Amino acid sequence: MAAMGDPGLAAHDLACLRGERRVFAGVAFAVAPGGALVLTGPNGCGKSSLLRLLAGLLEPVGGGITWNGEPVAADPEAHRARLRYVGHLDAIKPSLTVAENLTFWCRLHGGDDARIATALAALGLDRLAAIPARLLSAGQKRRLSLARIAVAPAPLWLLDEPTVMLDRDSVDALAALVAAHRAGGGIVVIATHAALDLPDVGFLRLGGDTAEAAP
Amino acid sequence: MSAFMAIVERDLRLAFARGGDALNVVVFFVIAITLFPFGVGPEQGILERIAAGTIWVAALLAATLALDRLFRADYEDGSLELLALVPLPLELVVLAKSLAHWLSTGIPLVIAAPLLAVLLNMSGDGFWALIAAMLIGTPILSLLGAVGAALTVGARRGGVIVSLLVLPLFVPVLIFGVAAVDAAVYGLAVRPHLMILGAMLLAAIPLCPWASAAALRISLD
Repeated sequence: MAAMGDPGLAAHDLACLRGERRVFAGVAFAVAPGGALVLTGPNGCGKSSLLRLLAGLLEPVGGGITWNGEPVAADPEAHRARLRYVGHLDAIKPSLTVAENLTFWCRLHGGDDARIATALAALGLDRLAAIPARLLSAGQKRRLSLARIAVAPAPLWLLDEPTVMLDRDSVDALAALVAAHRAGGGIVVIATHAALDLPDVGFLRLGGDTAEAAP
Repeated sequence: MSAFMAIVERDLRLAFARGGDALNVVVFFVIAITLFPFGVGPEQGILERIAAGTIWVAALLAATLALDRLFRADYEDGSLELLALVPLPLELVVLAKSLAHWLSTGIPLVIAAPLLAVLLNMSGDGFWALIAAMLIGTPILSLLGAVGAALTVGARRGGVIVSLLVLPLFVPVLIFGVAAVDAAVYGLAVRPHLMILGAMLLAAIPLCPWASAAALRISLD
């Protein structure tokens, strides 16, 4: 574990309020470049909320998040440029083909069109590139959603239950993607219940005071 | 800029794809106007008098048809939160989507309007004023509509609420849009009306995406 101010992603004293309920408080961690953090804990303990906080989709009610020692709230646009987020929803347009869906996100992130084929192949979707996305199975949609993070490089991956619906081979493919990402100095934060085969990860267990009401 | 164009291109592709809204909007516009000669009778004088107003009112109603889906489809399938995470400011994302909405629904209305003006026996002097006023006015409808669509994106049944919310806001566009055509028909100056419409458009281009983006941020929380 790295200390505050070091390169990488760090959070201190993070608190999250959803509705009137305090989901968690006092969450702190630090991940160095090349590191991985796995979020665990029972349903409703705030794993997704923490990832949304890290992505900037939610505002923390307390504490802060830093990247290389700089608070991310100071420059949200730069933070958005450095992260890739995979949420519960697949964000796939059924009337577009698999390749068109991915091309859109690639261009949006300023990626290189040449990487589209590579990203599709990495998740075993290369033979489905030309078919409309509405014909995909739930697992294939999930793979297409994961191909988004591989198509345009970014140093921070935030993955929310990425293995749901995936078959064993796809889970291995995802583990390989994450390993390659980390080998290049990337950071990954994953919320998962599944045993993903990742070496040398940090764990953060949320939950405990989840039922406690906000003051 | 390439990210902006990527959003415009995707939304256009979706609007014209199977199940898209673009065709429905213009067909609704044509059918609604075709009903008027049946309703008020074929007397040429009456149709000529009401032509500009009828076309504009039908255009306003048609423009609200596809509004509900402007952000809702993206909201429901998770695309919207990802769009909020791209390096492009959310205001520009909204502007890109409004532009695509105008290109896929506003432009077909502008093209169909002169043909329908013939059907309603509009005097030929009004044609160019009608086209010019609609070219300036319909983008305002898309921009204002985006605000309504953004405000109701989290509501379970937003469809009707969007119309109730934005139709009153469309009234200034209606007034000056019709006034421009009437002025041309009666041989008065068209320019002042077009300039007021232009001023509204210039105000709407920065203000509406700003308001829509604020509303979307609330619903994404």
